[in-house]
Amino acid sequence: MIEFLLRMGDNTLVLGHRVSEWCGHAPVLEEDIALANIALDMIGQTRMWLGLAGEVEGQGRDADALAFRRDAWDFRNLLLVERPNRDFGHTLMRQFLFDLWHHERLADLCLSADDRVAGIAAKCVKEADYHLERSTDLIIRLGDGSAESHARMQEALAALWPYVGEMFTDDDVDAAMAEQGVAPLPSSQRARFDTALQDVFATATLTRPESDFAHQGGRTGTHTEDLGHMLATMQFLQRAYPDARW
Amino acid sequence: MANDWPLWEVFIRGQHGLSHRHVGSLHAPDAELAVLNARDVYTRRNEGVSIWVVKSADVTASAPSRKGPMFDPSNSKTYRHPTFFDIPDDVGSM
Repeated sequence: MIEFLLRMGDNTLVLGHRVSEWCGHAPVLEEDIALANIALDMIGQTRMWLGLAGEVEGQGRDADALAFRRDAWDFRNLLLVERPNRDFGHTLMRQFLFDLWHHERLADLCLSADDRVAGIAAKCVKEADYHLERSTDLIIRLGDGSAESHARMQEALAALWPYVGEMFTDDDVDAAMAEQGVAPLPSSQRARFDTALQDVFATATLTRPESDFAHQGGRTGTHTEDLGHMLATMQFLQRAYPDARW
Repeated sequence: MANDWPLWEVFIRGQHGLSHRHVGSLHAPDAELAVLNARDVYTRRNEGVSIWVVKSADVTASAPSRKGPMFDPSNSKTYRHPTFFDIPDDVGSM
């Protein structure tokens, strides 16, 4: 159960921090505010997932302790969300692929046999619905935009596609969660994801890469070096000044 | 970039029963994204239940230099103001 909660919370924590890196740097003011809002939504969701994880663990660790005092190998997020921002196209493509999966996932979790999980999912799903609407709109406009924006979106898709498969891989934790009715198997989402993806890409004039090769490991703690760099920045204050408050 | 994007005027209805009010303006590539941008820029603190956006270029405004002829003549016509009625408390805000 705790592994499952960490996976949910670490996804939104890592992606929320990544998106927050745009704050003050986005191409236009409107996008800057929108990205900051989305980042804040995800950090808020993290509080709930990691808060519950700490409660279930029962060793006195709260959401802050889990976020700021764990090392990279203890993180259970998908490799997709730790990919660096690079350009705006990469950031938006990463967001779209995650949102499409995340929204479906939360919709499924609203029906969880565990009331606490269902409760958190019900709160998060509205935010995820908006995130998906926004990233879909932007993917369509940039994919079906100028020659340059189209090329950049297609390039971002090619770079991020190998990280999509991990979202739909089942392991022992997933099997146990499915057995207890907490969460359906990730693989059960794949068909819905592919259909929705195809619809958006058709309008956005983007081509889905052919290879379904998928990097694995994020959900069991084997991360890319990019996560370490990100955590070094994110966790600096609590590492240098433990229990600092203001 | 924002330089290429048209400017949009944003109107937000604060609650049901009230009218949309002009709250400001922003840049967006098209109407749908203008609504989403308005949601993010102007309704972060639960300010509204409905958003309108209108291209600023589509707004026809009265000229400031015509202020005198346009508005001054009504200044002295107090009989046009419905200030002589007592409004019952039950009516609420008008």
